[in-house]
Formats: sequence, structure tokens, C-alpha cells
Amino acid sequence: MQNNGHAHGHGHGDHGDHGHGAPESFIRKYVFSVDHKVIGIQYGITAMVFLLVGFFFILLMRWQLAYPEQALPVIGRLFGVTRMPEGVMLPEFYNQLGAMHGTIMVFLGVVPMAVGAFGNYLVPLQVGAPDMAFPKLNAASYWLYFVGGVIMLASFFIPGGAAKSGWTSYPPLAVIETAGQTWWLLGMVFLINSSLLGSVNIITTIVQLRAPGLQFMRLPFLVWAQLVTSLLLLLAFPPLEVAGFMQLLDRVAGTSFFMPSGLVISGEAYTGSGGGNALLWQHLFWFLAHPEVYVLILPAMGIVCEILANNSRKPLYGYKALVYSVLFLGFMSFVVWAHHMFLTGMGTAISTFFQLTTMIISVPSIIILTVMILSLWGGSIRFTTPMLFALAFIPMFGIGGLTGLPLGLSVADIHLHDTYYVIGHFHFVVAPGTLLALFAGVYYWYPKVTGRRMNDVLGRLHFWPTLVCMIGTFMPMFVLGMAGVSRRLYDGGATYAHAQDYLWINQLITFSSWGLALAQVFFIVNFIVSLKKGEKVEDNPWQGTTLEWATTSPPLGHGNFEGPITVYRGPYEYSVPKAKRDFSPQHLKRG
Amino acid sequence: MEIPYDHENHPVTGVYNAKLGIWLFLASEVLFFGALFSTYILLRIGAGGVAGAWPHGADLLNIPLATINTVILITSSLTMVMAWASLKLGRFSKFQIYFAVTILLALAFLVIKGFEYGEEFAHGRYPSTSTYLAVYFTMTGVHGLHILLGVVVNVYHLFSAKAIYAENSERMINRIEVAGLYWHFVDLVWIFLFPVLYLL
Repeated sequence: MQNNGHAHGHGHGDHGDHGHGAPESFIRKYVFSVDHKVIGIQYGITAMVFLLVGFFFILLMRWQLAYPEQALPVIGRLFGVTRMPEGVMLPEFYNQLGAMHGTIMVFLGVVPMAVGAFGNYLVPLQVGAPDMAFPKLNAASYWLYFVGGVIMLASFFIPGGAAKSGWTSYPPLAVIETAGQTWWLLGMVFLINSSLLGSVNIITTIVQLRAPGLQFMRLPFLVWAQLVTSLLLLLAFPPLEVAGFMQLLDRVAGTSFFMPSGLVISGEAYTGSGGGNALLWQHLFWFLAHPEVYVLILPAMGIVCEILANNSRKPLYGYKALVYSVLFLGFMSFVVWAHHMFLTGMGTAISTFFQLTTMIISVPSIIILTVMILSLWGGSIRFTTPMLFALAFIPMFGIGGLTGLPLGLSVADIHLHDTYYVIGHFHFVVAPGTLLALFAGVYYWYPKVTGRRMNDVLGRLHFWPTLVCMIGTFMPMFVLGMAGVSRRLYDGGATYAHAQDYLWINQLITFSSWGLALAQVFFIVNFIVSLKKGEKVEDNPWQGTTLEWATTSPPLGHGNFEGPITVYRGPYEYSVPKAKRDFSPQHLKRG
Repeated sequence: MEIPYDHENHPVTGVYNAKLGIWLFLASEVLFFGALFSTYILLRIGAGGVAGAWPHGADLLNIPLATINTVILITSSLTMVMAWASLKLGRFSKFQIYFAVTILLALAFLVIKGFEYGEEFAHGRYPSTSTYLAVYFTMTGVHGLHILLGVVVNVYHLFSAKAIYAENSERMINRIEVAGLYWHFVDLVWIFLFPVLYLL
């Protein structure tokens, strides 16, 4: 409640501040703006709200997993008899929350934050451009995303509730589910088109609008990461859009793209024409969703590299190795998708192929991690708040990546497939991995966006419990999974004999997730209060070298830079021998 | 504020922004239709063993009408290029004629396609009738939507061309070039759709 108070208080103040002498109308300037900085902020705020919503969903589910079919105290009854009668969660509602947790976190939270917010705000600044190449498309991209998000959330309130078939929406189940699945498909079409516009924009901006002197090999690594990410979004999403259309037709036009002949549903023969193939969906879905994994992680790696170089006051070790690794990673991510499907009976030859490509793709990831670690060697490290998060990213992503290897081996995967081990693996990549990097990015670029610094004490109070609770949440899942407890169980395994000895782990995970929720209060308070009360900073508070620090903080209005900008050197010229200062900005002829 | 290379070519890449943008968009379109063709291949191979499970397009569809449509689309690609070339040579009224003909040919394609659909429906053949028909209606349907989108954009260009051409001729020529690239791609898709769905 107190937080809400701050939010409102700030909202009014903010309007007042910027209202002075603004030639454009409020709506034009802050709502339907075409300035990449405003759109970046819109993306960021919306994505953070969705991250909170997705987190709230999983907290509800964690109660049910720790205390199966016990009434949720206090707020349980608020959800109504169709969802939680007497405060006890119905299996249908559990499935809705599960599907929407995944959908919201991936498509409405992390990707819009990593690409929409950081990409939009930073790419034009870091390449020295006045805006994105197509400002109007940029705004359209945000509003498509917004509408897609509204459709997803609204689907909770239609008869039968939201989609219930997991974020993967496998048919035949997804085809015969209630109307929520149709809304999910419509929402996805909006999100896919939003990402199409965004990715075309980011790639064109990077290729066309680089400032004079900013050759490709002088780009900050974050820009490279955003470039490869956008290429993945551009090329991987269309097949899912096609698959979404076909599932929509299966649902509303009675086609049988994914419905095999002779299907029996609840004891009755399926009446469609049949002849479809349920695995077709899985192929098209994972053709997107594996590159999507790299869409989640690459911008995070970019953010971490920026912060590591700045806070260790030395150039990244092996910049070229990083660039070639990320390009190779992007290419390989298109030929590994069927490692999600080892158990579909696709044959040993094909399994072996995808196992091999999966092992190969781990090589560039490890090169990137190694570069990060070696970049610290011999640096004079500043343990600022963003640096803490960036440093924590390295081992946490390492755990997430290495635990993926057994899943990529088709034999080990037989045991681990669809268990909590998988959940532990990808959450380690995305939560203590990507989310920590995104937090690092928020702390690091907050002064750029607002002209004020976030509080360091609150930052540390946020960092340590977050790190500990994330490990407490996701590490036990490996144990649970190796013990054979499946994912997507409504009762967390309470009715399974082999899970009985491990049910206490469900409670441990739930306690950790509560701790994680409490830790975020420090972040939310810090984020909101610092807008008004944060320590004011000069234009380049972190003494950075890249071009976003070549303008004022916050940057000038639409147009970013005062005059034409020229680049004279690489992105990470820290501690150059014989230089006056320990940083040599890219845009100054004499550093 | 002016975005660099909005209508003049970048000295290194040799293209203006929108031209790179449309090529990127078309790359994603290749994956879009690629997924549809993959679906066709997978479902057809899946049906392989069962007699009659995959009908011959020639038995169900109207090949003469589709042939006429193929000729219409190829002609429209030609008039599209003529429209762009006329504009580039500064012959504005010729551009208007060629461009209007392009739009009319696209509309003719859609009308004929509509007759084809009507014929199928009259015979009781719907997307839900068989997997083959589901693939046929989906692939030609999304292709038709692409044609329709092209028509909408081209009509906008036709009516806004005069003012923009007078203000900045380069910008208008680029717009027609970009619209043309999209149009040729949509034609090309049909060149693949026609034999795959009607003849094979």
C-alpha cells in the first residue's frame, strides 16, 4: 500500500516537472511518443509491472505446491468460487496460473525488458544516433506489445479462464481447451508482430545509423548482443506465428493441422478430419523457443559486459572473441531446437544430430563466460551496486548453463525430461542469470535516464537477500527433479509414492520465494523514491567511455546529442597508459 | 530532428534505411512461408501411406483460373517496375497509370481467388474437410492477406504520391521501390504456391 502511495505521489510530481515549457502536448510527448527514450521507458515500466504480475502468479502456485489443497489465508477467498472456492486453488486455476506465469515472464516481462527497454533506450545512444531508424514503427511496436499484454491478462476474466496448456501450448490438449487458449493465440500474434517491428528497427539502426568512426569492431558489446538478439527474433518468430494461425484454425475452423486421426478425447472420438501431426506444433514452437532462450540471455550478457568493463576499469579481455562467439551462438541457436523433443520418438540419428549441435553451442557460451571472468583479472574493481549484480551473474549463469548439459544428452534426458530438474535449469539461466543482469542494468543506467542515482544501501539490501533466496528457490529443484518429481503437478507430487521423501523441499522452495518477494520491496521503494530523492549526478557518473555518456543525464530531448558526434577509439579504453584519466571516452579525440 | 539516411543512401552499406528494413522484413517473411511449406511437406509425407489421404490438387481445384491468376500477378510485377522506373525518370503521370494498373491487377487476382473459393465451398469443400484442403486454404489465405495488405499500402501511396513527390522526389521514389520489393516477394510466393498446391 505504501508503495502505491509513492507511485501516485511521484506520478503527479513527474508530470509537473516536465510540463514546463513543453511545446508538445502531454499525450504526444509521454503517451504516443516516437522518441526512443520515452518508448524505452514505457517498455521498461510495463515490463517490470508484468514481471511483478508473473511473480505474483507463481507465489500463488507455490502456496498450493507447499500446502496442497489447503486454504490460502486472507487473500485466498478474493479470487472467487470459480478459481479458489473457500481459498483452495482449483486445478484449472493452477493450470491457468502456470501457463500465464511462463507466458508473462518470457514474452511480456524479460524479453520486453531486455530488448524493448534496454535495446530501445541504449542502442541509439550507444551508436551515436538521434533516434531509431523508424521512430513510428518503434511506437507501434510498443503499442502492439501493450495490446498483446492486455489480451493475455483479460483472458482470465472470460468463461473458463485463461489458457491452461502451459506456455508451450502443446496440442492436442491446447486445441480442445476452453476459449482462453484462443485469446492466448491472439495475444501472441500481437506480441510476435511487436517483436518483428522492434527487431527490424534495432538491426537497421545499428547497421545504418552508427556515428562516423564507429566501425563494427568499435561497437560496445551490448550493441552486438542486441544485434544478434534482434536477428534471432526476426527469423525465429515467424514459424511460431504460422503455428499459432494453424492452432487457431484447428480451434475455430475445425481443421486438423495438429490433430491426428483416431484421436479419442474423454472417451469420445474426435470428429475433425484428422490426418494432422501433434509433433508439427512442437517443431514449429521450439524452432522459435530455442532461439528465444538466447534472446533472453544475450542482452543480459551485453549488460554484464558493459558493467564489468566500467567497474573493473580495464578493457574487456578478448573483445573479438566475444563478438565472434555471440555471432556463432546466434547461428547455432537455430539448429538445436529438437533437443527439447528427445522423448518424442524421433529416432537415434536425429537425436544424435541435435545432441551434437547442443554440445557445440555450449562452447561459445563458455567462451563468453571465460571472457567475463578474465576481464576482472588485474582490474581495480569498484564494488558498486550494479557491479555486485553483474558479478553474481557470472557464477549463477554458469550453474544454469552447466546444468543444461545433461539435458542436452539424449540418454540423460530420458530421466530428467519434464522433471523439476528442467525447471531448475532454465530458471537458473533466466532468474539468477538474466534477471540479476537486468537489475544490474537498471542500477547502472538509472542515472542516465533520471539524472539521479539509486540508493546504495537499499541496493545492497536488495542484492544479498535476492541472491540467497534465488539460490534457495532454484537449487533445491535440481534435487527434486533428480528424485523424479515431474513438473506441472498440481499437488507438487503429494500423491506420488516416490516423491514422499522430498515433499519438504516444496516448502523450502516456497519459503525462499517469500524471501525473494520481500527482498524486491527494497528495489521497488528504491526505484520510486530515488526518482525524487536520489542523489543528483553529473553527466557521466560512472566515468564510462561509451557514447551514451557523451550526452547529458538525462539526455536532451528528441535528438539525443547536442551536435554531430565522431568516434575515435574502441568502446572500453579504460586505464590507457599515459592518459590523463583512467577512462578515455570514445567521442573525445584526446582521451 | 532528421534521421540520417532516411532517403539518401548510406555511403558504406549503399542503401537507405527503409530498403534495409524491407529486406529484413522479407527475410522474416521467408521464414513465415517457409514454415507453411514445411507444414505442407510434413503433413503430406505423413499421409503418404494411406490411399486417397492426399488428393491431387488437379482433381479438386480450378487450374485454368489459377493459371490466369499467375499471369495476372506476373504482369502486375511488370507494371510495378514500370511505375517505379517512370517515377525515377520524372514522368509522374505515367507512374500514376502504371501504379493504378498494378493495384487493379491485384484486385483482379483477389476477385478470381474469391470465385475459386466460392467454387470449393459450393462443392462442400471447406478447410475442415481434409488436411489437404486445410493446407490449401491456409496457404492461399495468408497469401491473399499479403496481397490485400499490398493493395492497401499501394492505394495510400497512389493518393499521397503527388504531395510527397513535390516535396522530396527521392523519398517518394524510395517508397515505390520498397513497395515494389514487397510486391515482387508476394508474387514469388505465388510462383511457389501454384505448382505445389495445384499441380503436384
